[in-house]
Amino acid sequence: MSQDALSKLLASRDWLMADGATGTNLFNMGLESGEPPEFWNTDKPDNIRTLYRNAVNAGSDIFLTNTFGGNASRLKLHAAQGRVRELNRVGAALGREIADASGRVVVVAGSVGPTGEIFEPMGTLTHRVAVEMFHEQAEGLKEGGADVLWVETMSAPEEYAAAAEAAALAGMPWCGTMSFDTAGRTMMGMTSSAMAEMVEKLANPPIAFGANCGVGASDLMRTVLGFAAVGSARPLIAKGNAGIPKYHDGHIHYDGTPELMGEYAVLARDAGVRIIGGCCGTMPEHLAAMRKALENTPKGPLPTQEDITAKLGAFSSSSDGTGDTSADPKRERRNRRG
Amino acid sequence: MADDEIILADLSDDELVMQMHDDLYDGLKEEIEEGVNILISRGWTPYDTLTKALVAGMTIVGADFRDGILFVPEVLLAANAMKGGMFILKPLLIATGAPRMGKMVIGTVKGDIHDIGKNLVGMMMEGAGFEVRDLGINNSVEKYLAALEEEKPDILGMSALLTTTMPYMKVVIDTMKEKGMREDYIVLVGGAPLNEEFGKAIGADAYCRDAAVAVETAKALVLRKHNQLTA
Repeated sequence: MSQDALSKLLASRDWLMADGATGTNLFNMGLESGEPPEFWNTDKPDNIRTLYRNAVNAGSDIFLTNTFGGNASRLKLHAAQGRVRELNRVGAALGREIADASGRVVVVAGSVGPTGEIFEPMGTLTHRVAVEMFHEQAEGLKEGGADVLWVETMSAPEEYAAAAEAAALAGMPWCGTMSFDTAGRTMMGMTSSAMAEMVEKLANPPIAFGANCGVGASDLMRTVLGFAAVGSARPLIAKGNAGIPKYHDGHIHYDGTPELMGEYAVLARDAGVRIIGGCCGTMPEHLAAMRKALENTPKGPLPTQEDITAKLGAFSSSSDGTGDTSADPKRERRNRRG
Repeated sequence: MADDEIILADLSDDELVMQMHDDLYDGLKEEIEEGVNILISRGWTPYDTLTKALVAGMTIVGADFRDGILFVPEVLLAANAMKGGMFILKPLLIATGAPRMGKMVIGTVKGDIHDIGKNLVGMMMEGAGFEVRDLGINNSVEKYLAALEEEKPDILGMSALLTTTMPYMKVVIDTMKEKGMREDYIVLVGGAPLNEEFGKAIGADAYCRDAAVAVETAKALVLRKHNQLTA
């Protein structure tokens, strides 16, 4: 079997740059709030081409397709659950077109976001249904010509595992990141070290794993240090937000400057991350600054938490969620029942 | 571990209440239902059972969630156990004319289809004994106002995950002001990209960082509102 495009690229370079925000860029092109971005794959393909091309022109080696919410569960909110295959295929095909026209090797990563459902017993989602939904989406992305599946913004380990299984069913290589936004952990309580361990136990492990979104670039870098501490040989991914949203005179913008994102990219690389990109609020000018910083800054030592806060700002919570204190309830417990 | 088996019916009232706090923490629904039935059979009022056994127990869960000790899965199991107890208590509370915790209308704002955070707040509020009317996703100002008219809640909760939909919260609050009804309700807002500064800027009563904070804030503000009415 010939090696996939991403593995080949990883073998030839120390670091690769991924893309930035999808939503923030599309809203700037006039996407209405509430409108599912995936509809634009068929309704406004030129806007999607522009989105992809802007990332490529800013120096991205990898870009994600506009298919984040393209699973049956999310599309059902717009009565479009019957369009999963089509919207994913078209989203990936537009990506293939831009990547092939770029004159260099650019990886088309088929974005797969969460279903938005909660797994049983707390919620109603079953493993079987989750695998089915992700598999349907994966087949569409594969038909459109995506090089890899890119599972992102996951909170639940069960959902991450379901996506891994779906990738195997579709015969697609994959990458997968989670969002660490709650006191250093994912919403469902997973720590960075627990994720690094889980990934190695999967029957179909990803090419690369890591973190995306969450709370600003500082927190994301702290999560990356957590991965690095586990010492996995698997390539790491960092896709942090361009700062934190701030409200000013009636509108909102992310406070991370291109310079800050350049600092973040270099810190991520020095922490051992192989695939570096942005998430919400990361525009082409941020990407260009990141690329430049990565190319022009010599590799430094592994950053400490102090280096991170000094360059990127304070963390949103006091701990990174790992360590034994967090698992113990503070109060005195009575005997557990039988 | 049969030796450690605790027979709820053998416990004194104080011990049973402590045990129920633990069982809520561990999300044990059947044990909570059993505990509620025992307290009622011992002549506890439905209101005391609700506040001292269930709400007090959920307060501990909420605090540990807020402090990053418990996470969503544990909290959902606890809320589910609480709901089992509430199911038994609800008709009794109504029959005895017990004071209500309060009522909330909640929904994500127009343009926003992200509902996990809103669902969590709804579940935790129910877990704390509030009545909740969930309007779902993508709510226009008209829909919010119609629900306020219909439900006469104490609290309006609005949620948004996108920076592009957050400003709609101000549209709703401004419309409430225009219609002279803003002061009739407590308005709570939440969602990942929001912060306290934003909550103040748009004229909400409070920004709630997470579901646990939402419950604490709701309890405090409802109490203050009731005190003002009786003052």
